[in-house]
Amino acid sequence: MSEQKNSPAQGMTDAALGFMRDDNQKFSPLTIVTGIILLVGTILTILRFTQGLGAVTNLTDTHPWGMWIGFDLMCGVALAAGGYTTSAACYLFGMKKYHSAVRPAILTAFLGYAMVVVSLLYDVGRPDRLILAYPFVVQQGTTSLLFEVGLCVLLYLTVLFLECTPIPLEWLGFRKARNIAVKLTLTLTILGVVLSTLHQSSLGALFLIAPSKLHPLWYSPYLAVFFFVSSIAAGLSMVIFEGALSHKALHHRMGKAYLEEHQPLIFGYAKAASLVLFGYFMVKVVGITAGDNWHLLPTPYGVWFLVELLGFVALPCFLFAVGSRNKDVGLIKFTAVLTVIGIVLNRLNISIIAFNWHLPLAERYIPSWMEIALSVYMVTCLILVFRFIVTRMPVFDEHPDFKEHHE
Amino acid sequence: MSISRRKFLGWMGAAGLAGSLGAEPAHGASTREFTGHPDSYGVLHDITRCVGCRSCEEACNTVNELPKPTKPYTDESVLDKKRKFTATEYTIVNKSVQNGSPIFLKTQCNHCLEPACASVCFVNAFQKLPNGAVVYDASVCVGCRYCMVACPFEVPTYEYEDPYTPEVVKCTLCAPRLEKGLLPGCVESCPTESLIFGKRDDLLKIARARIEKYPERYVDHIYGEHEMGGTSWLYLSGVPFKDIGMREDLGNTPAPALTSGALHVIPMVVALWPVFLAGMYGMAKRRDKVAAEEKTKAIAIAVEQTENKAAETLARAMDKAKKEKENILKRVERAKEKAAKSKEDS
Repeated sequence: MSEQKNSPAQGMTDAALGFMRDDNQKFSPLTIVTGIILLVGTILTILRFTQGLGAVTNLTDTHPWGMWIGFDLMCGVALAAGGYTTSAACYLFGMKKYHSAVRPAILTAFLGYAMVVVSLLYDVGRPDRLILAYPFVVQQGTTSLLFEVGLCVLLYLTVLFLECTPIPLEWLGFRKARNIAVKLTLTLTILGVVLSTLHQSSLGALFLIAPSKLHPLWYSPYLAVFFFVSSIAAGLSMVIFEGALSHKALHHRMGKAYLEEHQPLIFGYAKAASLVLFGYFMVKVVGITAGDNWHLLPTPYGVWFLVELLGFVALPCFLFAVGSRNKDVGLIKFTAVLTVIGIVLNRLNISIIAFNWHLPLAERYIPSWMEIALSVYMVTCLILVFRFIVTRMPVFDEHPDFKEHHE
Repeated sequence: MSISRRKFLGWMGAAGLAGSLGAEPAHGASTREFTGHPDSYGVLHDITRCVGCRSCEEACNTVNELPKPTKPYTDESVLDKKRKFTATEYTIVNKSVQNGSPIFLKTQCNHCLEPACASVCFVNAFQKLPNGAVVYDASVCVGCRYCMVACPFEVPTYEYEDPYTPEVVKCTLCAPRLEKGLLPGCVESCPTESLIFGKRDDLLKIARARIEKYPERYVDHIYGEHEMGGTSWLYLSGVPFKDIGMREDLGNTPAPALTSGALHVIPMVVALWPVFLAGMYGMAKRRDKVAAEEKTKAIAIAVEQTENKAAETLARAMDKAKKEKENILKRVERAKEKAAKSKEDS
């Protein structure tokens, strides 16, 4: 993979790369940085659970949701969408050439959702009651979209866990259990897509209750549709992006099938992402029109909205099309990063930046360094666990004893 | 038992049936409108009568047994800064100066007829009681703080500093006192009758009568009559409400109607998505099968054609060989004849 030496995504790729490099060097600078992140994260965890939310966060009564909802939950779930998009493409829509990409995508999704749930335990005031599943066991608030999100995330985490089980089962050599798990694939995939559709969209629908707080350019009765459609683009882009990262760091762990299928997958996903982003752009335009909000575009928030819509939706839509047409892997990878940033921007805009826009700046929320550090800590842990698994278990390659018989 | 309308609606919503059943369906699902529990109570706050003495704040502090503030309630300097609710202050009096004269506005939970906080709580911690109060049950609260995100009046507060058992805090309309037949603390303490407690329907009549009788004194609007579907607290003002910090852009849609559309789509997705996906799977499977069949057929045809061609070639070759044999025989014959002839000649 030498075709994208000078791509702008390079810097980012290299930065994230160090975490995943599977070498024996004990004290590289990145190992030290990782160690510091883990140490600080552990200290802040203790602080959070002994001193309370007030000690580590800048949350206020008007800004009850901060970084951990805006980034960890909103972005975490959107960026883990690669799981359901890839498994749906492969198992439901008959794109069998993507088979080798399913396992990494599913594993990433599972770890992503696990991270989301752990983050929520930090964020809610009574994590003990979340662990005991109060909303499902004690009293069901079924008129709440959060109830639906919670239920779907819980079920989907279970589905992802089951979808992942063949990986450790093959590793451990439990043939019978593994074969049962594999037989569930189709059912689990359909269940996974249904649950993902529901909670991806409902994350957007959470904000339907607050038309008086969210800026009208972002508030729309179509919020649920926006979130669902953009999650597909996010998922496709994340698979491309992660593929690029993993390729550099874990090339030697990758099986023949994965390596052979990787390039066609990139082109296929770029084409799909371009199409989905086009659809997303269109529904966003419908949103502005339906809300009669065109006149808000020449305002500071309007300009910011256009930056998001043109720079991180329309532009990647175009670049993905160009990239897949010219078979330009470097451009596609760059565009994938652009799309991912765009989705993060969108989720942060809705949950933090354009939320409570009517309040004076002094009353607005800016995350504390400790909130950010804990988010970084979560992502670091996720990468470390991912690295632990893929360097040992059959994820990027097939286990010699369990070669898939593609029909 | 407290009213279970919320719970009932929840079950209906979960079943996706809210529109098709009779009793009190979700607002967004039909043309029916919920206009509050009959005979529920409320408070009318006549802002023009408020003198900013903060007796209500003090009474609230006392009846709810909250920690005393550092500055006494008689200290007027407190009013110089705009204040918000805190976990120890359920009600706040704020001063704003309009045309040179101070106007005092007391705020607290407005006790919506269809509360946003109750509709978004995923453990049903909030309930609208038949007497009008919106109350909170801390024993089930998980602390997700969605109620705070949802409340258009920015009322609920949170005990962020409590590490183990933080709770959402807000005015209760003194629900425990109402049960004992007592007035809410703030109403009882108000020396100017700026606060009147009564049945909401009666309060609306009083408010309308005041506007009619003193049109020059009041803005022709009862805040809370329709805002967010109506609230149990009602306000009369001499100046436009937005000038004293009350939002007039909230609309009259009750909070549950904002999310009912999204909630109604959920059962449809659950019902139809698997059908669609199974269909996609079936089509992909069939496409593969047809492709495989066509491949087999094509191979069969190709084999047949090859075989035919080979047979033809063979036949032609045989034919040719036969002809050549005949030719040779003929030539031999001719040669024999020729030889015989020449023999005769010689």
